[in-house]
Amino acid sequence: MSSASGPCAIRASGWGWRHAGRARWALTDIELSVEPGERVLLLGASGSGKSTLLSAFAGVLGGDEEGEERGTLSLDGTDPSRQRGRSGLLMQDPDAQVVLARVGDDVAFGCENLGVPRQEIWSRVRHALDAVGLDLPLDHPTEALSGGQKQRLALAGILAMRPGLLLLDEPTANLDPDGVIEVRDAVAAVLADTGATLVVVEHRVDVWRDLVDRVIVLDDDGAVLADGAPAIVLADSDSALRQAGVWIPGAVSIEPAGEHRRSADAELLIEAQALTVARRRSTFVGGPVDLAVYERSATVVTGANGSGKSTLALTLGGLIPEHAGTVHARAALRGDASPSPIRWRSRQLLTRIGSVFQSPEHQFIAQTVRAELAVGPRALRLGPVEVARRVDELLVRLRLDALADANPYTLSGGQKRRLSVATALATRPKMLVLDEPTFGQDANTWRELVEILGELRDAGHAIVAVSHDALLAPALNATEWSMPRARAYDHDDAATGPDALAARVVRGGGR
Amino acid sequence: MTVLSAVRVGPLARVNPVAKLATVLTTSVVLIATIDWVSAAVALALECVLLLAARLPLGVVVRRTLPLVIAAPLAGITTVLYGQTSGHTYWQWWLVEVSDGSISLGLATALRILAIGVPAIVLFITIDPTDLADGLAQIVRLPARFVIGALAGLRLVGLFVEDWRALELSRRARGVADGGAARRTVGQTFALLVLSIRRGSKLATAMEARGFGADGPRTWARHSQLAARDWGVFGLGIVVAAVSVAVSVATGSWNFVFA
Repeated sequence: MSSASGPCAIRASGWGWRHAGRARWALTDIELSVEPGERVLLLGASGSGKSTLLSAFAGVLGGDEEGEERGTLSLDGTDPSRQRGRSGLLMQDPDAQVVLARVGDDVAFGCENLGVPRQEIWSRVRHALDAVGLDLPLDHPTEALSGGQKQRLALAGILAMRPGLLLLDEPTANLDPDGVIEVRDAVAAVLADTGATLVVVEHRVDVWRDLVDRVIVLDDDGAVLADGAPAIVLADSDSALRQAGVWIPGAVSIEPAGEHRRSADAELLIEAQALTVARRRSTFVGGPVDLAVYERSATVVTGANGSGKSTLALTLGGLIPEHAGTVHARAALRGDASPSPIRWRSRQLLTRIGSVFQSPEHQFIAQTVRAELAVGPRALRLGPVEVARRVDELLVRLRLDALADANPYTLSGGQKRRLSVATALATRPKMLVLDEPTFGQDANTWRELVEILGELRDAGHAIVAVSHDALLAPALNATEWSMPRARAYDHDDAATGPDALAARVVRGGGR
Repeated sequence: MTVLSAVRVGPLARVNPVAKLATVLTTSVVLIATIDWVSAAVALALECVLLLAARLPLGVVVRRTLPLVIAAPLAGITTVLYGQTSGHTYWQWWLVEVSDGSISLGLATALRILAIGVPAIVLFITIDPTDLADGLAQIVRLPARFVIGALAGLRLVGLFVEDWRALELSRRARGVADGGAARRTVGQTFALLVLSIRRGSKLATAMEARGFGADGPRTWARHSQLAARDWGVFGLGIVVAAVSVAVSVATGSWNFVFA
């Protein structure tokens, strides 16, 4: 165990890593030196190996069975894997990092592993919670925390270990705008307090720009492309960064996609009245919502994490029953089916409402990309010629043709997202409901998605997206709705009724 | 995760889980060793008195023990109908034979299930998994890697429930949920397995990054030790077992199964 304290130095020389079973090196010839106390923003396209590099700094890449290493990498002159506790790694997924059931215990976990004496653990725990601004009792259940709170909890757990190096791997990608600010401010406070070295990986440059004093850009092959002061690197490699899909200011145009104008004769497809939504009878309730969806229109539903947006998407999509109030499908949408989408057969949904889930992996059911796209058309009992025609068309249109025979699970995040949208398009539903379609995507995928959604809307489809992406509604020239604020919820107590607040139109679009 | 949340009220909340575990094990072993209704009835009566003293919320106790309260008489009735015949036979129809012997055996079975099951359930619903892990590692000295790993894994159970539901809904959305339930369940199970492995390996990396499995001694933020209170609970368990055996032997109904 290293007893070193204070900010940590990183040295990499000719360093590279190849994951076991892969032909390509994830990272090659990394030549890099980070001085103690430096604050580095690490940029690069998805798949350029940024996360791998952070894991290497954290010493958690694993041994020979996990992959092959070349060159040298050291923290304060020693192999990172023999320096546990010298660095702290904050990852993207808030749910993946909570280890224990109570807030205090979770923060203490790292200290226990490092063999810190008991009395000292608890004073460190209190100090760490204080530093990240989590003002909660030590026995507060970790399960009841929001995404932003969970990330701050994980940060506190790292901080309690007193690391000389903070490694942040897209720590705010899964958070709503409030959560992003919470976490960024907590990191700033921690750095001011400890002076630790920082390496942060993030698509969204604007969040961290003011906090870092150096930017390193990796190219597609995992080599260092640019390295220097933020102002210089961001100006110089502007076009390279843009190509890499990094969210530099102005990376995406939020000029409304398409010439959107809702025609007076657009038919009403579906209507929600005094709708409240709940995952289960007895759990948390979101709403009430009054919403009308027309053909040839786009609607973006916003709201904080936990306000019930995703549940609203599932309810509008005919996948879970209303908690109270009604979802009424009009004749233009339902055809010969019942006015209540939850009563439709699974196959009846296909041509009427397509749902795209937040996590694409939940939606994949086939072995190859091609087979995945054919699932819906086959369920509609279309002929093999028509199925092949639709599949081929979508493969080309969503740039998945080179991956037609790949397993959906092996795709990158952006590719998975495109595939999950494509599977819903294959059956040409009149209405498309998307849950956080732009979640964690780089600027290139973002642009593509917005273009596709804009085209669909212009072709007469109705688009409903729930999202906390502030850029999405303006880019789609969409009507924006805000979910009423969530009420605090209790695990065992059934929520008793809808909030008195009604959903309000924040900004009317399409005029 | 409602399934895992412990009842943390009354005097039992402060008893070390290891003591509860030991108490349940000893009384169970003693009660399994005999098949007679007297020992089970005495044990159950004593347990009910202790249960009242534990001041647990009645609703929770009823809800959690309900399956047992339903199952025990059913098992008893089955034994009355089909159990070993002895003494006077009251009623017979094909394989069914109700006799003195089968009635007393049925009664003994039903009481025994309750006498073993009720305290086990009551003690277990008051056990917090984290406290149990602390106790198992520090008092029973099970390997920390194993105990903490299992504890962290337990937290994923709630996420699996959510994953399963999402998989189910997505099948409906994809148009394949109208038929072939058996095949769909197989596919969904496989998908859940893949998702679980991913969640598990992410959690493992997060734990490793926080020094889990590092060389050198691990300390414990929460000290787990057996106090007088814990020995008291264990003692009460011994008393319940001893009194029921004594009454049973004194009334001549003791019937050692392994004899």
